Amino acid sequence: MLEKALVGNNKYWAWIFFLLGVISIGGLFYLYQFNYGLGATGMSRDVSWGIYIAQFTFMVGVAAGGVMLVLPYYIHDFKEFGKITILGEFMAIAAVAMCIMFITADLGQPMRIMNVLLHPTPNSMLFWDMIVLNGYLFLNAICGWVILNAHNKGVHYPQWVKPLIYLSIPWAFSIHTVTAFLYCGLPGRHFWLTAILAPRFLASAFAAGPALLVLISMILKRVADFDAGEKAFQKLGTIITYAALANFFFLGLEFFVAYYSRIPGHMHTLDYLFWGLEGHDNLVLPMRFSLTIGLIATTMLLFPQIKKKEGTFALACGMLFLSLWIDKGVGMVLGGFVPNPLDRVTEYIPTVIEIGISMAVWATGALILTILYKIAITVENKK
Amino acid sequence: MPMYDRGKVLTGLAIFVIIMTFPVWYNLVRAQHVPKTELPKDVKQCVGTVDYMRSSHMQVLDIWRNEVVRDENRKVIELGGKQYVKSLQLGCMACHPDRKKFCDECHTYAAVDPFCWDCHFQPKETK
Amino acid sequence: MDVKRRKFLKIAGLSAVAGITAPTAFNSLLNGAAFASSTEHGAPPAAEGSHATGHGGHEEESNLFQYGMVIDIKKFAEHQGLAEKCVTACHSEHNVPDFGNPKDEIKWIWVDDYEHGFTGYSQNKSMTGLNDLPVLLTCNHCANPPCVRACPTKATFKNDHGVVVMDFHRCIGCRFCMAACPYGARSFNWRNPREKYANGNYKFYKNGINPNYPTRMRGVVEKCNFCPERLAVGKLPACVEATGNTKAMVFGNINDPKSEIAQVLSANFTIQRNPAAGTKPSVFYII
Ligand code: SF4
Ligand code: SF4
Repeated sequence: MLEKALVGNNKYWAWIFFLLGVISIGGLFYLYQFNYGLGATGMSRDVSWGIYIAQFTFMVGVAAGGVMLVLPYYIHDFKEFGKITILGEFMAIAAVAMCIMFITADLGQPMRIMNVLLHPTPNSMLFWDMIVLNGYLFLNAICGWVILNAHNKGVHYPQWVKPLIYLSIPWAFSIHTVTAFLYCGLPGRHFWLTAILAPRFLASAFAAGPALLVLISMILKRVADFDAGEKAFQKLGTIITYAALANFFFLGLEFFVAYYSRIPGHMHTLDYLFWGLEGHDNLVLPMRFSLTIGLIATTMLLFPQIKKKEGTFALACGMLFLSLWIDKGVGMVLGGFVPNPLDRVTEYIPTVIEIGISMAVWATGALILTILYKIAITVENKK
Repeated sequence: MPMYDRGKVLTGLAIFVIIMTFPVWYNLVRAQHVPKTELPKDVKQCVGTVDYMRSSHMQVLDIWRNEVVRDENRKVIELGGKQYVKSLQLGCMACHPDRKKFCDECHTYAAVDPFCWDCHFQPKETK
Repeated sequence: MDVKRRKFLKIAGLSAVAGITAPTAFNSLLNGAAFASSTEHGAPPAAEGSHATGHGGHEEESNLFQYGMVIDIKKFAEHQGLAEKCVTACHSEHNVPDFGNPKDEIKWIWVDDYEHGFTGYSQNKSMTGLNDLPVLLTCNHCANPPCVRACPTKATFKNDHGVVVMDFHRCIGCRFCMAACPYGARSFNWRNPREKYANGNYKFYKNGINPNYPTRMRGVVEKCNFCPERLAVGKLPACVEATGNTKAMVFGNINDPKSEIAQVLSANFTIQRNPAAGTKPSVFYII
């Protein structure tokens, strides 16, 4: 089936070469970082994780978001998701691949990455994260590929994938839960040390993942003659709305706990993110912007008229995705390091190198996605 | 495969084979510099036989490292009244102070580039 | 299993050649011959009928060997410059680089003030001069270390003497341990620690260089290790040694009731940094 990705119009190839271009530039940047060390990034002793890990966390969410299609389709037999579910599974593959790349880019000694397997350490959440992420990649690759192959041949998919599909559902929850455990089990970081981190991660994932899928599907409708179907869009809209509501509800709970208890550790990071702390306010504008557009988008999605019109629906999804990306892909990780354990504020600004490498990872993800979607859509449109 | 492609395929295959075997040709043609080992003067013994040390010094170092760093087993190795510290820098290099002769001679030949010297000092390298 | 067997074979091979390995400095340390400052330190604490309760923050009785330190801030205040001397002693002993900027900073032990060292200990008006005291901060070698829990490769681990050690050869540089440490005790090699100035000198702390101690390589985490290589030959950690006989720092097994440090701990009111994190720090302060 792979050969289907090799046939395309000029626009398709232009897009592929554009992505390859971004990847090569980022590759050069990575070469530099590999030789110089992670000092090429904006990270420091105090803010020891930067946008790599932040993007990683966000992409785990996008990957987990695919389950919002798999679950209704396979468990509740929601037929309208028939065409689009495969897109969800393939998006998960691309997103997990990006996660693995972001983690690798963040390692000080990437050549030693196998040490995680050579010296397995079950008390480390990173060990479990590695297991669940690779497992999820594997599950989605198998299920997606086998099902697509069956579609291609015009037959029903074999029975043996059924258990794997069912397994992939709790597995999707596990990847984001374990990713939350990376943060919420650390005793010294108050902002992360909250039991609601995992649910919050899941809520934002189930909003951001499907929102991205809606946007991509709309693009595919225009460039690839692939229509997911109005019913599927509307259902996705509902899922996104409720997930977004849950996300902002959880965020509200964080605010309440911090500012009602007035425990300094709980307040400081929120102070820093939304008001600035000791004169440091790099993230205030983005965070306020994120909250504002996120709330507006969620409100918009509550109105059926807005959801029904393609333009406004796309706008709401785009705003929501951007909002959640800033919230989780920037503020959540960076904020956790402020203030540092000595109650001092060190700010972090990503370097060009770092941004270049991150863009290359995004481009690689987009490339994987493009190829997989090209194959999937060629198969589906054939029918 | 259509027959008219045969010429192209064969040429391609030939080029591929040549490229893949290039290192072999290259090394056959190139004049070989065979490593000359030099024993340290005034030192008659080592913690292992010559053969053993040649084949397995890296494992020895690895074991020493784990014992010293992880198991707190820093027991000095005693041999013929002489004590050997389990350490590359303080043990091996005490008798073999010249890294060029002792390490690089063979390592360059074998194209094995260990990263010991990223961290460990060799005698008289401290400026 | 394979590793074990290989290891055994190698050891067998080595011993065959090397003859019987001799008891060493470490053994003599355990037998109590080594420490000049606290001779009663030695005997394995498990043998004692322990009444170790009340020895500062490790509330539960424990007879595990746990090296610890008491840092007497008042003594440091009396001896001007002593704290800085400790920092220099440590950093030049371990070839710690100094790039002159906070972003790449690496430090194993450093001087800070009360307010930032002891966050969460609030006062109405702090004692006059409290914040001018030189507070030495370093890794606490916690009895319950979150950094060790977080590490995915056991590159940082607790050894048999309660020291939280870094295995620089194994660390993959994920920096999970840095996020996990509630004391900011860990540093990362953001760039090559062996960089040199134009004049060919290493960019080491105050130009100090110790040819007997390796540097690290870029991409690994480092921190205070309580100088195991010095303890092994019967010396005190470099910082403790630098305090001379001022008794500004006392080092030893805090769970051995006969040790000097255990006696200092029971005779004085001591505090630990951020005890609420539940990490049970083994570094105690007399303010
Ligand atoms: S102070 Fe930090 S680095 Fe040291 S043992 Fe405790 S948690 Fe680990
Ligand atoms: S940076 Fe090194 S020591 Fe720290 S958690 Fe990762 S592997 Fe372990």
